[in-house]
Amino acid sequence: MAAVRTSSEVAFNRAAIVAVLVVTIIFLAPIYWIASTAFKPRNLATTIPPTVVFQPEISPFVKLFTKRSQLRSPPTPEEYAAAPWWERVVFDGGEKIVRDGKGAVQWSGYPNRFMNSLIVAITSTVLAVGMGTFTAYGFSRFKVKGEADLLFFILSTRMLPPVVVAIPMFLMYRAVGLNDSHLGLIILYTAFNLSFSVWLMKGFIDEIPKEYEEAALVDGYTRMEAFFKIVLPEAATGIAATAVFCFITAWNEYAFALIMTNRRAQTAPPFIPSQVGSGLPDWTVIAAGTFLFLLPVAIFTFLLRNHLLRGMSFGAIRK
Amino acid sequence: MTKIELRGVQKFFGAVQVIKDLNLKIDDNEFIVLLGQSGCGKTTTLRAIAGLETIDQGDILIDGKPVQQLKAADRDIAMVFQSFSLYPHMNVYENIAFPLRATRKSRSEIDTEVRSVAKTLQITDLLTKKPSALSGGDMQRVAIGRALVRRPKAMLMDEPIGALDAKLREEMRAEIKRLHIKQGSTSIYVTHDQIEAMSLADRIVIMHEGVLQQVGTPDEVYSHPANLFVAQFVGSPVMNVAEAKVAETGSAASVTVGNAAAGFEFPRALLSKLNGHAGGQLTLGIRPEGVLVRREATDGFLPVETQIVEPLGSFDIVDLKVGSNMLRARTKSGFISGAGEKVYARIDPSQAHFFDAASGKSLGVRL
Repeated sequence: MAAVRTSSEVAFNRAAIVAVLVVTIIFLAPIYWIASTAFKPRNLATTIPPTVVFQPEISPFVKLFTKRSQLRSPPTPEEYAAAPWWERVVFDGGEKIVRDGKGAVQWSGYPNRFMNSLIVAITSTVLAVGMGTFTAYGFSRFKVKGEADLLFFILSTRMLPPVVVAIPMFLMYRAVGLNDSHLGLIILYTAFNLSFSVWLMKGFIDEIPKEYEEAALVDGYTRMEAFFKIVLPEAATGIAATAVFCFITAWNEYAFALIMTNRRAQTAPPFIPSQVGSGLPDWTVIAAGTFLFLLPVAIFTFLLRNHLLRGMSFGAIRK
Repeated sequence: MTKIELRGVQKFFGAVQVIKDLNLKIDDNEFIVLLGQSGCGKTTTLRAIAGLETIDQGDILIDGKPVQQLKAADRDIAMVFQSFSLYPHMNVYENIAFPLRATRKSRSEIDTEVRSVAKTLQITDLLTKKPSALSGGDMQRVAIGRALVRRPKAMLMDEPIGALDAKLREEMRAEIKRLHIKQGSTSIYVTHDQIEAMSLADRIVIMHEGVLQQVGTPDEVYSHPANLFVAQFVGSPVMNVAEAKVAETGSAASVTVGNAAAGFEFPRALLSKLNGHAGGQLTLGIRPEGVLVRREATDGFLPVETQIVEPLGSFDIVDLKVGSNMLRARTKSGFISGAGEKVYARIDPSQAHFFDAASGKSLGVRL
């Protein structure tokens, strides 16, 4: 590479940096908005112009996790003094936390919905990536009759917008009793992600030289053992990338979750905006729910970042 | 004690027959080299023995037992791949231990054996490294170590040093030979490099287009090639091959190359040894060292003109124009100064080979 750069190259580089910064800000702005609103006092959430500098509060999160009702009269000083700090925060907002007959705090619907999201997203991701990897291995390593047609068929399941089949799916699910069940959503999301997972994993497995497995076969292992001991570790990068995509799809899915579930198996995406409907919308609580909802994907992607960024391992095979 | 035998082995890839009726017996402790151009079926043969490729017909016997139905894992054979195929996610120790972990050996037994193999191959200090951190030669040592550690019935090697540079290849060649002498396991080695084949093999198996051409010791295939293919494939520089006519000239025989004006003098015994083929279409084969060159006129030498001189260090290869043909001769370096010189040449009858021009088969003439 030439060490000398022309002034037009320098100018282009600077322009590119500015463009990247602008795009980054545009993409980060909504996330900042949600994150900052999640820590705002209620009265600052909807000010015009938006409040940028404020004293952050934890109250939206307390409200997010608890069932509350409007205070008819302010709490007595004794009540206020006896309440723990998180209950006082709610008192300050003109509400009180609902307790049952034994005085135990009533939880809001959010923790359950969040758990449902985790259960459905994790299970469907494991299933889609697992089955996708096996299928991709089969297509990659064995002669399959009509391979191209089958692969096209698998891909074709992605060709129509899923919501088109929402009504028939809903009727089918109701007929077999799968509506509002974890299993129903898991099956649905696994089916969505499977085609994607097969195609992505096939690309990764094709890249793994088959000599590795042959070496393992000669070394005294069965094909299954060779698959688990050699192919899977080599495909880790691909599995991680596929898992991230599948997880994000399942985690963020809104339309089917809205139609197919309402209570028992409802996931967070349809629940969070439903809070808007009761009483005056408390945007800080919605922002807090959204903010927490963003975290698992961010953490999952962060944990797998090395696998996502690392290229396939080279150097061990000589071509 | 491992003997391997191939009986009437046939293999098709679709409509293409890649192994045609292959019969071969390999003795215990023997180092066999399968030699041939790429696509001649040598690697397929090796993979069939390993169990990585099914055969369409015939038997593969290891110690007298047919194994063609057995899976690769059950044949107790080790293989070194051209690509080395070291598992990238395991370090050297784990790579070598990998075949042992398939058996029911204890952790301490495995450790002892891995370390002993590493010591033999002088790679003890590499045991904790990942394959990607190794040089080509070291990768190759690890690959051999992984093959040796299980003490397999036979070692199969598919161009194991083909990916290395020339100097390292020479070193590794010597090391493989030393290891074979030390370990003494039956070995089958595939290469397209005839120097590798000559230097390593107890016997060389030469293949061409799926057909076995000749099996013999390096000396046999070099000195007595069974046909024109072997004659031209083995030996460097390549053997001179030319159409030849044999005639009787009083007390001797004369062999005329192509359309040359005069023939080279041969003993009269040639006529009887050609056994009726003398009048037919013949091809003469002579290695460059069998073409003798003098600067001054000598009895029995024909005058020829030099063309290109290729200095190869320890010797020169000189092209001599004989009629419209070119004979390449091996001379001392600097013996011929350049093109256009007039020198005298003859063919050493004891190094001459005669082939049937139509079939390419050697007529087996030894003078």
